[in-house]
Amino acid sequence: MAEITKEEIRQPENLIYKKTDLLTDKALSYCPGCGHGTAHRIVMEVLEEMGIQDKTIGIAPVGCSVLAYEFMNIDMQQAAHGRAPAVATAVKRLNPDKFVFTYQGDGDLAAIGTAETIHACNRGENIVIIFVNNGIYGMTGGQMAPTTLPGMKSSTSPYGRDVHTMGNPLKITELIAQLPGTIYVTRQAVHTPANVRKTKKAVRKAFENQKLKKGLSFVEIVSNCNSGWKMTPRQANEWMVEHMFPFYPLGDIKVND
Amino acid sequence: MKELRLMKGNEAFAEAAIRAGADGYFGYPITPQSEVMEYLMAEKPEDRTGMVVLQAESEVAAINMVYGGAACGKRVLTSSSSPGISLKQEGISYIAGAELPCVILNVVRGGPGLGTIQPSQSDYFQATKGGGHGDYKLIVLAPSSVQEMADFAGLGFDLAFKYRNPVMILSDGAIGQMMEKVMLDEQRPRLTEEEIVKNTPWATTGKTKDRERNIVTSLDLDSAKQELHNHALQAKYREIEKNETRYEAIQCEDAEYLIVAYGTSARISQKAVDILRAKGIKAGLLRLITLFPFPTEVISKLADQVKGILTVEMSAGQMIEDVKLSVGCRVKVEHFGRMGGIIPSPAEVVDAMHNKIIGG
Amino acid sequence: MAKVKGDIVIDIEKCKGCEVCIPACPNDVIALSKNVNGKGYNYAETINDECIGCANCAIVCPDGVITVYRKKVE
Repeated sequence: MAEITKEEIRQPENLIYKKTDLLTDKALSYCPGCGHGTAHRIVMEVLEEMGIQDKTIGIAPVGCSVLAYEFMNIDMQQAAHGRAPAVATAVKRLNPDKFVFTYQGDGDLAAIGTAETIHACNRGENIVIIFVNNGIYGMTGGQMAPTTLPGMKSSTSPYGRDVHTMGNPLKITELIAQLPGTIYVTRQAVHTPANVRKTKKAVRKAFENQKLKKGLSFVEIVSNCNSGWKMTPRQANEWMVEHMFPFYPLGDIKVND
Repeated sequence: MKELRLMKGNEAFAEAAIRAGADGYFGYPITPQSEVMEYLMAEKPEDRTGMVVLQAESEVAAINMVYGGAACGKRVLTSSSSPGISLKQEGISYIAGAELPCVILNVVRGGPGLGTIQPSQSDYFQATKGGGHGDYKLIVLAPSSVQEMADFAGLGFDLAFKYRNPVMILSDGAIGQMMEKVMLDEQRPRLTEEEIVKNTPWATTGKTKDRERNIVTSLDLDSAKQELHNHALQAKYREIEKNETRYEAIQCEDAEYLIVAYGTSARISQKAVDILRAKGIKAGLLRLITLFPFPTEVISKLADQVKGILTVEMSAGQMIEDVKLSVGCRVKVEHFGRMGGIIPSPAEVVDAMHNKIIGG
Repeated sequence: MAKVKGDIVIDIEKCKGCEVCIPACPNDVIALSKNVNGKGYNYAETINDECIGCANCAIVCPDGVITVYRKKVE
């Protein structure tokens, strides 16, 4: 077998994978290893593959991903903290032929925005909600979130979350799966190639549901926060598998086909 | 076509919004303005013009729905009353910061807190000084008749889009609930998708290949840019002050004593002026139509002409501060008002003019 | 027998050295460099020629800095 050089391999016809053009060239503002970047890329790849960049309006939250619009090369609105599902409701009602999604973290979606989340889901708004759950408030510096695990340390639960005084973590995804307005509710992750592929399938299914006017699709992505958890990125992913997944098990929760 | 009808103020506003080509209404029930959404739901504007009407889960959600719709270049509105308007303040601040056009109706009731359901004008500060966080202004229109409740829906949209700024219609429980005849405008068509792309090129309508993406946000973490944005907002507010100040001067030409009032108080005060004139006292009324921009210049000019000014408000005295700023110390300025949902009588206003200004 | 050869190109200036790609690679092709980029991160680099172009590294890379090529060789 003849030796093959790197230059011969690196030809356009051999290109297997590159970052989608639906992500801007701006360097992501997220910490090293943060799942937000992968989640952003998955959503943008799905929009690119469906060819709906020109028909999509995204709603960014408040939190680490407040600047999502800096990275997603589509028309976007930045919503007040927790209000993205209300904003998306109107965008979709007034533009039924456009594709509309919200991208929210756990503080935004499951604490301050609980009412907006529940009611948009319950009305069965024909939108997609991408919910990134890392069990902590990342942007404000690692405070306790509605999804922080029992015993888990954060800057506002420095001795660990005491469920007797601080309440229990909220499994909002299981909760909204009970609502008749949701059509597809799933929980995924993005820390391994296999999980990324599954998450991408889920996101694709969610947008296809919207195309078919089926109702609200909700994709939770359990993710890491190595800065907030005070670990290296690889440790954070291991900790996530060991501690987050038992409490927030991955897989489809509701599929109405 | 135009149409003469007998309607409640709230209903006239709702009908006028449909006729102004509104794309969407998002609200939450609260007395004394619930007729707005009740009328819209009964009228099925979806069938008439394609207008969307949605009852939100809260005032907070409703104003954020307005944010989303306005950011798409749509003509959207909401309505509420004082406690509900307080809840909307966060969203209003975001709307002002992101420079989105919309119409917000406040049918004011007495406060503070849950207060009462009767008419009041105690939300003047909240409406004219910003209301939420940050340096911003709403364009504030003050209707004093059912006709103006209808007229200001269309005018509100025109001003909102002209300046990319939220417009608040500061009404009160009396104007909202009273029935009067009203001449309704003919139906304006709703804007087409092509017109929206052309008229509001900043709107999120979907990124096409021929343009950069559109981003609607009030955030800029770069302080220097955020300050520039604030300067631009202030320049816009000065432009609005220059172009859009509206008022009605009633018997002011020869007036020696002036009443300044708006809304329901202006109606009462107009009767008081008639009573004073019948007694041989040369009284006049300056009825404010825009509360922001505030008619500073005309009040300043009248201050050189009159011997004293009485402001009449259904509050502890809020607008009086802007009147005093316009007047300086040139003439006496006093406040008369009732609170807690009570409308003053013309006789009370006449007495106040005698006691506080003429004899005071 | 046909065999596939792959190669990756890493945008080292955008790499944050998170190492998430390292366990994703079936052939241990990637390691962190001892050198740092303009932002001060030790960046990912290839350390052998065993790449098969599976793209696992690229699809888990949070910052999308890896481009993947694959060629069939006889």
